[in-house]
Formats: sequence, structure tokens, C-alpha cells
Amino acid sequence: MHDAPSAKELIEAVKSFLDKTAMVQLQGHAAFHARVASNALATVLREMEQRPAAEARERDRLQALLKSDEADVGKLNRKLCEEIRTKRVDLGTPGLLTHLKSTTIDQLSVDQPGYSGLRTAAR
Amino acid sequence: MARPFFRVIVAKMGTVTDIEKGLSDWAVAHYGAAAAIAGLRRLSGGASQETWAFEVEAGEKSEPLILRRAPGGTAAARSSEAITLAIEAALLDATDKAGVRVPGVRHVSPPGSVLGEAFVMKRVAGETLGRKILRDAEFETARTRLTQQCGEALARIHSVPLSGLPNLPTSLGRNQIDKYEAVYREFDLPRPVFELAFAWLKDNEPEPADPVLVHGDFRLGNLIVDENGLAAVLDWELAHIGDPREDIAWLCVNSWRFGQTENRVGGFGQLDELLDAYAAAGGARYRPADIDWWEIMGSLKWGVMCMTMYGAFKTGADPSVERAAIGRRVSENEIDLINLFEGLGRHA
Repeated sequence: MHDAPSAKELIEAVKSFLDKTAMVQLQGHAAFHARVASNALATVLREMEQRPAAEARERDRLQALLKSDEADVGKLNRKLCEEIRTKRVDLGTPGLLTHLKSTTIDQLSVDQPGYSGLRTAAR
Repeated sequence: MARPFFRVIVAKMGTVTDIEKGLSDWAVAHYGAAAAIAGLRRLSGGASQETWAFEVEAGEKSEPLILRRAPGGTAAARSSEAITLAIEAALLDATDKAGVRVPGVRHVSPPGSVLGEAFVMKRVAGETLGRKILRDAEFETARTRLTQQCGEALARIHSVPLSGLPNLPTSLGRNQIDKYEAVYREFDLPRPVFELAFAWLKDNEPEPADPVLVHGDFRLGNLIVDENGLAAVLDWELAHIGDPREDIAWLCVNSWRFGQTENRVGGFGQLDELLDAYAAAGGARYRPADIDWWEIMGSLKWGVMCMTMYGAFKTGADPSVERAAIGRRVSENEIDLINLFEGLGRHA
């Protein structure tokens, strides 16, 4: 399979069309949705760049926290939720809040990097 | 697939004619034979509520008014949580008598009438957009007064005698944990931060306060602010009988600070000042630590609500890009919860 243009280039082209051509010609609700669509593509671009490394870090932390060699991050998170629900892990568990904070900072850096709560967390 | 959309369009065409006729008949009956309706326009496309602006012109006078109406004029489409429009109108009267600034109700229209289930209220001038209220120069004086005014308004809302109120749902802290946990579990999308928040809320639930009238959505966006500050409290759809700390904390939830995160109260004020104004106006004396549990509840609640809005995309009920994208805002509530947990550690 070729990648000329690559998936990233195609998304950038569509985003540029939305920003520079479509949005200026739309009004009201349609203009609002075009802006949301452009922001969604920006999220996809950030995710393509940041997710592999962020998810690898999340996996390492979850494996350490749960003393598990499970490789599937989804299954690890399910396990962590179960541990919290059954009170085997709580706010006082060493490493839990640090892990959740790092994971959420990585997630928000993809989802909404301008969110005010991210600045608070970084302080 | 096209049929439901076709029915909606037909219903909307009927709607405008019905509304014009219903309002014209009412205006003639109340303002005299020379009265007429002008400038009828739809302001918002809310799923649970239609909002229309119009003027009644009678001779030299022109009165700006708002029509709140159930979609299509029938109550069936309103969400299960929302109170009926007749109850909302009754609450505006009751809180007006308690000294809360609310738009005066001019007319209540019953289900089955030409206008449908609806009420007409005064149109109060001012701004509702949080970002403008927090940033624009014209609200500089307003911003210095809002904390005090919100404290007073909340104390007055919470002082309304329950005996005179229409039948409202009761929802205390524990009811809300159970309700939002059930919604969260239904999605089967495990999020450890939410899991931790539910567990912590259950383990640290405060003694319930004496139940009061709670607005349920008291925050920028639902308040009309003019250059002098708070002009009117709107959007009583989520009113219920509950814990007064719920309203105080909801105004503090970071999602409603619109980026001005250093000001815990709505992006414009400090909690000590709000609590002082609240107590001075007859409310209970709370400390900032009393508000933490309810602010964590509020951030979690809004996170679950954002999941629900994404759920509408996921199921195909609302295939818009906006509903899809809101699922990527749930992490905002997760970081707010983590910041709140870290704050608890510092206070302890």
C-alpha cells in the first residue's frame, strides 16, 4: 500500500478545506458544526502523533500498579476499575493518583490541549 | 429513513402558525383589541424546550417577551428529569416572591390549547454567554458584584417555603450517586477516574442537609447579567427538592468557570465571599470544605452527562459531529476530578 498522500496529509487537506473554504461560506448552526468538525480533525491528528507513546507509558504503569503482565490496555483498565469498585484499591493506594493524573494529562493533550484544568494539573 | 424528518418539517410549519395565532389571541385579550404580535423568532433549538422571542405592540408601547414552549406544544418530548412548563412558571412566581430576580410570568398556556403547553415571560435585557460576561469590558463592574449577588440569590431560592410549591422530584446526594452510577455502568466503558470518584463519594458522603428548593443548574449560561450584575435567574427545568450545597458547588464546577479557573465561583469570584454572602442573606453557614463533596459530585455528573451526549451519537439518535466530539470532552471532567482529589490532600 502506498501513502502518497498519507492518511495524515488527507486529514490535513480536509481540515484546511473546512477552515479556509467551507467555514467562511457557512452561517449559524452549520458554521458551528464546521468548526466542531475542524477541531475533531485536529484531535485525530494529535492522536495519530501522541497515542502510541502515551499508551505504551499507560501500559507500563498499569502493569506495575496491578502487578500484571497483561498487554491489552483495555483489559488492564477494566481490571483497575474492578479493583477500585471492590475497594482493593483506593485514593490512598501508592501510585494510583499519580498514574491516573499522568494518563489523564496524556488523554487531554490529545482531546482538549487548551482546557484550563490541564494548566492546573501541571502546576 | 426520510419519513421522520418529513414529519418534523410538517410539524414545524404548523407550529409557527399556531404560535402566532395563540399569541395574537392572548395579546388581544390581555392588552386590548389594538394589540399585535411582532418579530416572532426562534432563539434556541433545545431538544427539551423551545424558546421564542417576540414583542407585543399596543399603541405606543412595545413589550419584549419570551415564549417557553414544549416542542410541538406537547409535554411528551421533554426529558424525564425536566419539570413541566406549568411547574416552571409556578417556580418563577414563588422565587419572585422570595426576592430572587427572575423574569415575571405573563401567561401560562395549558396543553391542548392553540399555543400548546407553554408560558410567556418578560424578556430581561443582558448577556448569558459565560465567556463574554467573564471577559468583556462592559461587565467589569458586574463581575465585582456577581459573587455577592449569587450568594444572596441562592440563599433566597433555598429559603422558599416548600409547603407552597408544586410537586417537585426529590434528589439528595445518595440519589444522585445511584442515578449517575447506573447511567455510567450502562455504557460499559470503564473509566478508572470515574470509578474512583463513585467509590470516594460513597465513602465520604456528608450528612444530608435539611431539604430545600434547589435550582439544579445555577451557573453562567443560565443567568442574565447586565452591566450592574445579576439581572435574572433562568432555566428552572432541573429544579428539585435537595441539598443546598448542590447549587453552591455546581456554580464552582470548573466546566462553568469558562477558562478563568483561578476563580472558583463561576470564574468570577472566591468561595469564601460567596459563602459569607449566602450566610448573611439567611442561608446556612458553610465552610469551603463542605462544598468539596458536592463539587466532586458535580464534575462527575457533568462527565457522565457528556458520555450520555456521546451516547446519542453512538446509538444513531443524533448523528451530528457535535455529539461525536463531545465524547472527547469527558477527559476534562477527569482532570477536574483529579485536581479536586489533590486539593483534598492539601487541605487534610
